[in-house]
Amino acid sequence: MPLELETTHDPETIGQHLVRCGVSRRKFLELCAALMVAAPFGLALTDKVHAADIARAVAQARRPSVIWLHFQDCTGCTETLLRTSKPDVAELILHVISLDYHETLMAAAGKDAEDALHSAMEQNAGKYVLVVEGSIPRKDQGIYMKLAGKPALQVLDEVSKQAAAIIAIGSCASWGGIPSADPNPTGAVGVDAIIKDKPIVNIPGCPPNPYTLLGTVLQYVTAGTLPELDALKRPKFAYDRDIHDHCPRRAHFDAGRFARSFGDAGHREGWCLFHLGCKGPETHAGCSTRHFNEIPDVWPIGIGAPCFGCTEQPLAFRVPMFQTAKIHEVTPPDTYAPVYTPQGNISPVATGVAGLIGGALVGAGFMASRKLGSADDVKSESKPKQE
Amino acid sequence: MGISRRSALKVMAAATATMVGTALSTHETQAAAVVGPAPDAVGMLYDATRCVGCKACMVACNEANDVTPDTSASDGLWDMPLDLSEHAKNIIKLYRDPGTGAQSFVKRQCMHCLDPACVGACMLGALQKNEKGIVSYNPDYCVGCRYCEMGCPFNVIKFEWSRALPKMVKCELCRHRIAKGQGPACCEVCPVGAVIYGKRSDLLADAHQRLAQNPGRYVPNVYGEHEVGGTQVLYLAHVDFEKLGLPAYSDESVPTRVRTIQGTIYKGFVAPVALYGLLAAMVLRNREKPGSAKAKEGQP
Repeated sequence: MPLELETTHDPETIGQHLVRCGVSRRKFLELCAALMVAAPFGLALTDKVHAADIARAVAQARRPSVIWLHFQDCTGCTETLLRTSKPDVAELILHVISLDYHETLMAAAGKDAEDALHSAMEQNAGKYVLVVEGSIPRKDQGIYMKLAGKPALQVLDEVSKQAAAIIAIGSCASWGGIPSADPNPTGAVGVDAIIKDKPIVNIPGCPPNPYTLLGTVLQYVTAGTLPELDALKRPKFAYDRDIHDHCPRRAHFDAGRFARSFGDAGHREGWCLFHLGCKGPETHAGCSTRHFNEIPDVWPIGIGAPCFGCTEQPLAFRVPMFQTAKIHEVTPPDTYAPVYTPQGNISPVATGVAGLIGGALVGAGFMASRKLGSADDVKSESKPKQE
Repeated sequence: MGISRRSALKVMAAATATMVGTALSTHETQAAAVVGPAPDAVGMLYDATRCVGCKACMVACNEANDVTPDTSASDGLWDMPLDLSEHAKNIIKLYRDPGTGAQSFVKRQCMHCLDPACVGACMLGALQKNEKGIVSYNPDYCVGCRYCEMGCPFNVIKFEWSRALPKMVKCELCRHRIAKGQGPACCEVCPVGAVIYGKRSDLLADAHQRLAQNPGRYVPNVYGEHEVGGTQVLYLAHVDFEKLGLPAYSDESVPTRVRTIQGTIYKGFVAPVALYGLLAAMVLRNREKPGSAKAKEGQP
């Protein structure tokens, strides 16, 4: 069920802010259209006919205050948000959301940065969206990661208390990710395992599609609700699909055309990567239909790399990369059973040879039995008669 | 020997009386059984010229009937049955003519015969024709003798070889769905209307209409109208039915032949009485008189 949340009370709307910063209406419409493509259904915000309708709804909303915390991460999720194919898209995203604290992007350092965090928390207490990137070390009182002299556990506890909602971006923040792989030396876990009393949205992926984050945040600021979530708290609009079921290479799977090794003829032809360890059949994510960087085919399978299953906790960093996946929903292939199954014939020569062997055996048996009989006669003859 | 001639004769007489009684009573019920389509017999009409071989019916069938897919031939990759099996109640097969290359799909499942051999073969009534003519299976009565499998002229009913407590597996025309007012899953999912569900009489009329309207398109008869006494699943095709695995059977149902043989042997119970009389006579003739020379020989 979507949750009712209070929106931020920034006096300026997104529309006013964009006008003030000189962002053209066209660019903003392009972003809204891209969002519409990324979340074609299942999200109330994009459930509209025209991109202009989305633009209108978003423009009227107040800019959401976003505090972005880094824990045990590689900053890849931040990169995915910024590495858009056109630089101005990233800039536009930063115009739409008010990113008040982000360690990688902010100019401030040291005490100034720390002050920025606290002032952002005070100004928008109870209204800001907390985005967490990276897993949280829990082992040995969380000493494996410290921020301004405080363990990550304590920082998360303090910042999340005043947050309206928490978005865990990336597999690390969702369920532990790479740092939680065996032997998990830091006891890394996701936000979900620590915070129990706040609405949490998990956006797993390594990295996830930035439009999933954007859609979730904008849904929250326009309607005050979070998108519908699945059992793993992932937004259904982005994680309801199985990669394999929507894969552009699915036809090759059905026809039995597989790449058997990297660089072989099949791999170069763009055939199915199942035998190279593709985890598509077990992975739920929108990748096969919503590619990255606004460029078609920019996603692992699109460039010939098997799906790694990065969104799924039981797969990523646990199952060996090249181990073949299990197919849970088995469907028929592109081939057909013949009406009559062809059966082999027995050649006349083979029949003759078998007959000769059989005949020889029968003959030998008959001769042997005759000898047995005569031996009995000899014995009985040699014995003295009893009567 | 403790059996006297008198007691032996008594037992024989009793046995004969019982057999005569049973034979007469079964003969009456057989005579009363009407073999023909029930008034609201339902069925399917499959038109091979319309089928595009998408196999949506196979997927839908598995889903509707809780059948686990057959991945044995494909190493877990595909649902790839090679024939009807415990993992396939419905299958789309392909016929390709070796000479001309002409091809046709064919959908195989239970034909729901008007007078089914499997029902006749089943000794405990686990297989029955229900009020709509659907040949339905009740596993509670099944002992797993597989007589039905031997009896089926279309090689449809299959045994669950992979289970410790096996059952028989066959298409039951989705009778659980029909009870809810739906049609069979395969008919509902077919995107081109190649297989449709309805009353047998309506389907037969429809088939004849198609034949009349497109005389060049089809082999000019409806398979299942008369074969093995008629079936409730009807076929239209542009390739000889025999090539599609539907043999050119006579119009006589399998149980009819069985009934004829049984009826002839036991007619008026003359043949069994004559046989037993002859046997009795032979036994009596060859009986050894006590005290004869032959009886003494061999005794220690």
